[in-house]
Amino acid sequence: MNREDFPMLNQDIIYFDNGATTLKPKCVIDKTVEYYSLYGASAHRGDYDIAYKVDQEYENTRALVKEFIHAKHLEEIVFTSGSTEGLNLVANGFFKHLLEPNDEVLITKAEHASNVLPWFQLAKTNNIHIGYIPLDDHYYVTLENVKKAITPHTKVISLAYITNVIGDIRPMKEIIAYAHEHNIFVVVDAAQSIGHLKTDVQDLDVDFLSFSAHKMCGPTGVGVLYGKKELLEEVEPLLLGGGMNESFDNEQEVFYKPLPTRLEAGTPNIAGVIAFGEAILYLQKIGMDTIASYEKKLRQYLVDKLLLIPHIDIINIESDSGIVSFNVNDIFSQDVAYYLNKYNICVRAGSHCAKILKNAVGVKNTIRVSLYFYNTIEEIDSLVELLMDKDKILKEML
Amino acid sequence: MDEFERREIILEHYQNPKNYEKVEDERYIKINANNESCIDNLDLYLLIENNQIKDIKFQGEACAISTSSTSIMITNLIGKTIEEAIGYIKNFMAMVNEEKYQEDLLKEGIVFNEIYKQNNRKACALLPYRDLLNTLIEIQKKNA
Repeated sequence: MNREDFPMLNQDIIYFDNGATTLKPKCVIDKTVEYYSLYGASAHRGDYDIAYKVDQEYENTRALVKEFIHAKHLEEIVFTSGSTEGLNLVANGFFKHLLEPNDEVLITKAEHASNVLPWFQLAKTNNIHIGYIPLDDHYYVTLENVKKAITPHTKVISLAYITNVIGDIRPMKEIIAYAHEHNIFVVVDAAQSIGHLKTDVQDLDVDFLSFSAHKMCGPTGVGVLYGKKELLEEVEPLLLGGGMNESFDNEQEVFYKPLPTRLEAGTPNIAGVIAFGEAILYLQKIGMDTIASYEKKLRQYLVDKLLLIPHIDIINIESDSGIVSFNVNDIFSQDVAYYLNKYNICVRAGSHCAKILKNAVGVKNTIRVSLYFYNTIEEIDSLVELLMDKDKILKEML
Repeated sequence: MDEFERREIILEHYQNPKNYEKVEDERYIKINANNESCIDNLDLYLLIENNQIKDIKFQGEACAISTSSTSIMITNLIGKTIEEAIGYIKNFMAMVNEEKYQEDLLKEGIVFNEIYKQNNRKACALLPYRDLLNTLIEIQKKNA
């Protein structure tokens, strides 16, 4: 769908690495150029016309994000540099001041490094315990397993909405409802879901949710941390400086601005934020439900074809997102990626930043195909044809 | 050596690597070799006696180029003195980095003489060499 909107696709490439980052439509690229060409001033200082225009555009994106994830208040939308920063801000700006020794944070072995390492750090500084919700036979998280994993010490559950290797859509609404009944906070890493699945933070009742613009057709270096207003009010800024302070005179008299500016110190990625607004409008025009159902269809087609190839092992045969992880028997995943690269097919090989997943799945490295709405059945056919002949892979991978 | 022969040798060392085993023996020095930009990760086990490389084994996960390069390297280094081994390694590195090198000293290592054409795979061919060289130089310094 909509392939003509993506300048990158004018080249002879097949791009299957959407889990890492998505391509950008021309309207997003144009919006970046528009900012730098027509009103490239700083934000939050509307003393002259073009500076006022910057503020309007910048805050317009905030309003678009609010609508896109169905947040209640504009102040609940904090711009960050990406999912990683958001998750670090939640861990270090909020939970670091709240968690006490022996409190427990539950994650899974399938989480991305950015939803693992900030908690590992708190385990050191706050002496908290990291627990793992067991994955089922399909490497999914089930509500039953969440219930089993919770202990009287559990204070936080932090999970990806969709994981980046297995691609399972977690039953977040049910998990959050159950967690809240037990006074447990829930943090959601929405990096892999935000561009692929409708997000409604009020319906989910999620406490914090972090995502990146670049995984939803937006620019790199921009992200959003959503938090319930009453919780965000308690988040201590990790960065102090310009933009976020109201006034200061001496070390005793420092006043910060209200939300969300308090958490956005320094000159932000203005071009990125403004262009991000365009990406949201673009996705809304296509429709998130249309994207999700098209991806599901593409994925099923790919899986059905791969299942017919005897030398291929699929790690996640069943999964509702556009992520398929597999291996070619006896060939190192990176060699397969090199081989496909010779045919201009971009796939990812490795552990995909989910380095503790190997303990659960028993496979350390995989080839990952991650689909998006601009991928096609024909592209999948090209991939499958190249994977069908193992001798050809062995012959040409070097 | 033509392309077909080169590929045969590389594949043979990839699919049936020589000296591929984990060593628990304390007399061996363990050296980890990994590349920042890729997922190769190998452990080398080095046994030196009387200034001579008595044995090297390796184990881990790596691509075809890294695995075969390690297997070939080990085959060529066992039995060499530390000085000879350092010479061999430097000569191999010179070849991969398109500098002057002595072809006749490399034996099967010569299969990587065109790897420079694939920039993203040079690091694979060099994977075991860099860390082993550092270790050998350190041992040499200590002995001096």
